[in-house]
Amino acid sequence: MATTTGKIVGVNGNLMTVRFEGAVSQNEVGYAVLDESRLMSEVVRVQGRNADLQVFEDTTGLRVGGLVEFTGELLAVELGPGLLAQIFDGLQNPLPRLAEQCGFFLQRGTYLDALPRDAKWAFTPTAKVGDSLTAGETLGTVPEGIYEHRIMVPFALPGVCTVEEISPAGDYTVIDLIAKLRDDRGEIHDACMMQRWPVKIPIKAYEERLRPKDPVVTKIRIVDTFFPVARGGTYCIPGPFGAGKTVLQQITSRHAEVDIVIIAACGERAGEVVETLREFPEITDPRTGKSLMERTVIICNTSSMPVAAREASVYTSVTLAEYYRQMGMNVLLLADSTSRWAQALREASGRLEEIPGEEAFPAYLESVIASFYERGGVVRLKDGSEGSVTIGGSVSPAGGNFDEPVTQATLKVVGAFHGLSRARSDARRYPAIDPLESWSKYASVADDELVANARGILRQGNEIDQMMKVVGEEGTTVEDFMVYLKAEYLDSVYLQQDAFDPVDEATSSDRQARVFGVLSNILNAKLSFADKDSARRLFHQLTQTTKDWNRVRMDAPEFEEIQKKLESMVAEVAHHA
Amino acid sequence: MRKVYSQIENIAGNVVTIKADDIGYKELAVVESSMGTSLAQVIRLKGDNVSLQVFAGARGVSTDAQVRFLGHAMQVSFSENLLGRIFTGGGDPRDNGPALTDNLINIGGPSVNPAKRIIPKNMIRTGIPMIDVFNTLVESQKLPIFSVAGEPYNDLLARIALQAEVDVIILGGMGLKHDDYLSFRDTLEESGALSRTVMFIHTASDPVVECLLVPDSSLAVAEQFALEGKRVLVLLSDMTNFSDAMKEIAITMEQIPSNRGYPGDLYSQLASRYEKAVDFEGAGSITILGATTMPGDDVTHPVPDNTGYITEGQFYLRNGRIEPFGSLSRLKQMVNGDTRGDHRTIMNSMLQLYADYKSTLEKQSMGFRMSEWDRKLLIYGADFEAGMMDLSVNISLEDALDLGWKIMANCFEPMETGIPTKVTDEFWPKDAQASAKDEEKAPAAETVGA
Ligand SMILES: Nc1ncnc2c1ncn2[C@@H]1O[C@H](COP(=O)(O)OP(=O)(O)OP(=O)(O)O)[C@@H](O)[C@H]1O
Ligand SMILES: [Mg+2]
Repeated sequence: MATTTGKIVGVNGNLMTVRFEGAVSQNEVGYAVLDESRLMSEVVRVQGRNADLQVFEDTTGLRVGGLVEFTGELLAVELGPGLLAQIFDGLQNPLPRLAEQCGFFLQRGTYLDALPRDAKWAFTPTAKVGDSLTAGETLGTVPEGIYEHRIMVPFALPGVCTVEEISPAGDYTVIDLIAKLRDDRGEIHDACMMQRWPVKIPIKAYEERLRPKDPVVTKIRIVDTFFPVARGGTYCIPGPFGAGKTVLQQITSRHAEVDIVIIAACGERAGEVVETLREFPEITDPRTGKSLMERTVIICNTSSMPVAAREASVYTSVTLAEYYRQMGMNVLLLADSTSRWAQALREASGRLEEIPGEEAFPAYLESVIASFYERGGVVRLKDGSEGSVTIGGSVSPAGGNFDEPVTQATLKVVGAFHGLSRARSDARRYPAIDPLESWSKYASVADDELVANARGILRQGNEIDQMMKVVGEEGTTVEDFMVYLKAEYLDSVYLQQDAFDPVDEATSSDRQARVFGVLSNILNAKLSFADKDSARRLFHQLTQTTKDWNRVRMDAPEFEEIQKKLESMVAEVAHHA
Repeated sequence: MRKVYSQIENIAGNVVTIKADDIGYKELAVVESSMGTSLAQVIRLKGDNVSLQVFAGARGVSTDAQVRFLGHAMQVSFSENLLGRIFTGGGDPRDNGPALTDNLINIGGPSVNPAKRIIPKNMIRTGIPMIDVFNTLVESQKLPIFSVAGEPYNDLLARIALQAEVDVIILGGMGLKHDDYLSFRDTLEESGALSRTVMFIHTASDPVVECLLVPDSSLAVAEQFALEGKRVLVLLSDMTNFSDAMKEIAITMEQIPSNRGYPGDLYSQLASRYEKAVDFEGAGSITILGATTMPGDDVTHPVPDNTGYITEGQFYLRNGRIEPFGSLSRLKQMVNGDTRGDHRTIMNSMLQLYADYKSTLEKQSMGFRMSEWDRKLLIYGADFEAGMMDLSVNISLEDALDLGWKIMANCFEPMETGIPTKVTDEFWPKDAQASAKDEEKAPAAETVGA
């Protein structure tokens, strides 16, 4: 294909306008040539012979008349074995290798291969010459750390292909030829272990989409029991600064029962990513016995990195997630924070002088957010197995007010809402998910009726608490006071969870069902007390004992003992009607 | 010799537009007019129209002013000679010393590769109990002081700078009142710290565009010192003035504002400065303390709000004291486990009791009856405020922890504090004469409403 070139006619921030000769397409990648380096950019608008490109780098020094080379390709990522345990920037540059080459600072215009070209992978073919296959079906496998990585027919191949040649078992690099495929028009396509895919287009090489129904167990009690997340579902975590969005995602990335976690650090602090990338290699994943890093990919475009690449980073992340889903895996994508991505859109829209919507966000904000979350889902693959992408995004609303465009647009499309409240985080009630505001459309790990009942008590307890602030404890009946104590009890021993206790930090679904059953009995017990003080005293003891219980491993003998103790403490004051 | 342009097409706010070619984006130019000479920077290229932001302001710039391009972006000089000196945001001397032009470095350089960062691990001692004990400051942290005009935030910054064991102090002043600038300077001079200080000062009466250069100049110099292995503390006061300067430029450029007139990239702009805080593997570090005044004492105002989303915690300075609630050092847990065995206990218990004291105060103001326990809390609250919260207190962390035990022992029995017996056995002052003896009436742990 003839390469299109152009000349810069304008620069405004990270937006450059280019007068081009030939053809360009929307979202095509172009490079601005500046001395020795080439700055990657993406077409975001075409008007006549002028194309507007957002530059993924600092634009200092670009000048009118400067050369721009178009590539004819959309912004794409490399897919293949060797992605796991890596740390990429938003354009899939491997940051550790970039550091080896450039030192302390990021250097603009330096792009490295995402997948090392010299690494060899032990390929075992599963397809045979003569097999008829379609995009996404398996040609063979390679072991990638703890997983069997499927090498698939390139997703872009149309129709049914016939395997003309396939390499025998052996060690190959990601760019060695491993198969020749003939499509139904007779054209031959070379396949290697690596393929490229444009990030803004969803991968659809599957049979059908299914409805998300099974829970992703996060081992966070308030989530799994009260506001569950489904495999292939979507959820959001809005909250004011410091309320605990990042910590919540960090905990989830450690404990969630999924095969692969993709962490998209999007426009937030570099320091937070450093914690993950320094600690994960040291933490053993109880599910696999290997380091947590082996199931993790970090895409990191932190707040001081170029803004346009931040916009790309969420697409890079979700494309990697879809890729592993194609292998029948359950992938969890955690994006922190989607507001920074929306702000990147706003900055670009402002420079394009588009007509702004609310708070200057572009009018298409909603549809962009919707189509991002739409990329989550459970699918049945062509071999009958299932894979899923679950997406959880944090939202950072201006002023902590959920009535703003990004939160509202997100709430319209997600299946669960974990709203963090300033009041709860100030009171150190972590995780600070507001139990009265939050909701989920997915199924809980606990019994629905018990959950509904517990939520009723939380609501009533809150009302009574509000009332007591006015009339004082004296003006409250013992019955009401007891409901308040029950709500407080449930809050402190179940909704709150100590992220720093080795046992309490993660509660399995079995344990949640068991503990929640016991607590529900306590909440429903009809108790009688002489006065408020004796009620308070009992609930103090119950709280203390249940917290101790939370810190005991389920397989320890003490676990049963404490349960019995709790039950007998309640039995002593229960009505025997 | 570079071409000189002498026909300005358009002047709006502090931005002038001329026709020129082969000009680099962000390139610097010198604008000379009858009102004097100023640097200017290219902020937009459109065909042969070049828009420049004039640092000294466009006031008095005439259409026939001479514009000469320099062929490079904004730079400052870096060497040991900077120490003890005072400059404008653009790097011109403000003291009577010579102009520095050797070893020019670019400002606003690229960010550190996250893969090269390390987890912060060193405490910065300030001698202020509200910081050292309750919200420990950590080397490479970025942290603002949220307060309102009139609060002594500059005094607090100066005091931390003097007390902290750092190699280099860099003060970036933005929209400083002239008096504040002088008092900063005198404080540093009197204590002998001036010789390890570099100042980039923009005062309220200086051209607004120069304000924009202050953080970048300060941080570029800080970065060089840090790469040489120095521990650098950067003080930025007041970042709200910096943001307001950005707002002013954005409006001149007819950008669509996002929130109360501030540009949509306020977050990114602030973040690219604060994120310069770093601990370099095998070299020095940059710690950033900022002052952020909150217009109308409103933390949801765009400047403190965006700042809170960027920094690693915040200190609220109110009525001359660092508020125990709301103030947070998000990095404290990285260091306060290795200081002294009782550090975290003191931190948690004293704050919990102070929260109890606050709700007692509320009850008292509502006219509810005060119990024996309430009366203990009232004594405790007063002692806590005088011993720990008063900013004139200047004691080491260890003395502050000892004082903490003394204050508690003066008001409570060990079991009333909710501290595990194992810890009180070890640390509770042996000679303590608890003032309160009435055990039955004092509930062990009163629940505090959320
Ligand atoms: N589950 C938790 N347990 C204990 N402390 C927590 C928990 N969650 C949050 N915190 C405390 O709150 C601080 C801020 O939390 P976090 O960084 O998650 O906030 P955030 O909502 O991501 O804020 P921002 O929007 O500014 O990024 C943490 O540094 C920690 O001190
Ligand atoms: Mg966060």
